[in-house]
Amino acid sequence: MVTEKDIWAYLEEVSDPEIPVLTVVDLGVIRTVSLTDELCTIVITPTYSGCPAMKVIEEDIITLLKEKGIQNTKVELTLFPAWTTDWLTENGKNKLREYGIAPPENEVDKSVLFAEPTVVPCPLCKSRNTRMISQFGSTACKAHHQCNDCLEPFDYFKCLK
Amino acid sequence: MEKNTNLFEYVLRMGDDSLILGHRVSEWCGHGPILEEDIALTNISLDLIGQATNLLEYAGEIEGKGRDGDAIAFLRCDREYKNLLLVEQTNGDFGKTMMRQFFFDAFRRLLFERLLKSSDIQLAAIADKSLKETKYHLKHSSEWMIRLGDGTDESHSRIQDSLDSLWKYTNELFFMDEVDFSLIKEGIIPSMDGIQEEWLVYVTSILEEATLSIPTNNWKQEGGRIGKHTEHLGFILAELQYMQRAYPNMKW
Ligand SMILES: [Zn+2]
Repeated sequence: MVTEKDIWAYLEEVSDPEIPVLTVVDLGVIRTVSLTDELCTIVITPTYSGCPAMKVIEEDIITLLKEKGIQNTKVELTLFPAWTTDWLTENGKNKLREYGIAPPENEVDKSVLFAEPTVVPCPLCKSRNTRMISQFGSTACKAHHQCNDCLEPFDYFKCLK
Repeated sequence: MEKNTNLFEYVLRMGDDSLILGHRVSEWCGHGPILEEDIALTNISLDLIGQATNLLEYAGEIEGKGRDGDAIAFLRCDREYKNLLLVEQTNGDFGKTMMRQFFFDAFRRLLFERLLKSSDIQLAAIADKSLKETKYHLKHSSEWMIRLGDGTDESHSRIQDSLDSLWKYTNELFFMDEVDFSLIKEGIIPSMDGIQEEWLVYVTSILEEATLSIPTNNWKQEGGRIGKHTEHLGFILAELQYMQRAYPNMKW
């Protein structure tokens, strides 16, 4: 007999298509899982409004659960409450760091212009002497930084709250 | 019923702003002045198109006639688009694109902050999601105002030209008619009065720091909210709608 707890464990096998080192559970986009005799309903929330990964995540979840013997899965999208980087699990943050992406740091309000920049430690050499190249990066959720000591260019999973 | 018609119209107007501006900004893809800005512009465009999807899907639900977000985005005629004239203006140079974005971002931030308290739960949810993104956009466009305005002689004179040419479209940001008045009364949307004052304070402070002068000629141009557009919208729609018009119901 499959339980909701089993479903959560299965979902650990679905990875984010853009940052494959993270599972959808690490990312914090799975809001609820509910199970009845006929239907498994999974509610997910997008990281960014235009995140193109959501459609792929939905399909991957349905495919995986079918392989696990669950025939009817419905994936629903909710916008509320809005996703925040606070929902990224500690496990997820550690995986990001090992993968070479700096995890989100606590930041000042984005509307403050020319505020003291957030210190983002270099994922390669751990130096705190780094700088932001651009607040927009290779995907909606990342900014582009560079280490001033080892010169490593790296992605920063930017803070969203 | 009346409430639904008004809410539909309001959400449509917001959705069209995001859709048309998102499409405009996407025209920079592969043409940005430097790689980082090319990436920034496409990210901003993606956020706007995502917001448009949320808003137009919701508009379709309110309308209840079976149209989804795509049908609304791709299958209307020009007069049925209710976006601001500001967002359909051509990209011009990078400075003009940033000036247009700056006016819009400063407005959207104030609007979304207030919509968080909307009595309409879905509208509040969309605002919550979009506000976080808009703060990044506004920081980006504000910094460019200062960098270009207080930059070289050439960057200063070109961005001043953009300010002069776009200023006349800013009054429409605060457009209100019966649709707005009835929704304000119901606590669904905020009044524009406070927003306009705060917008002007913010915009003035940034433009002053950028050593730019706000035009003293107060001629204002509006019409987008009631479907009367500049000649530029037709060209956008020709490109935006091409696939669905040539191959109806075509899917990826
Ligand atoms: Zn380093």
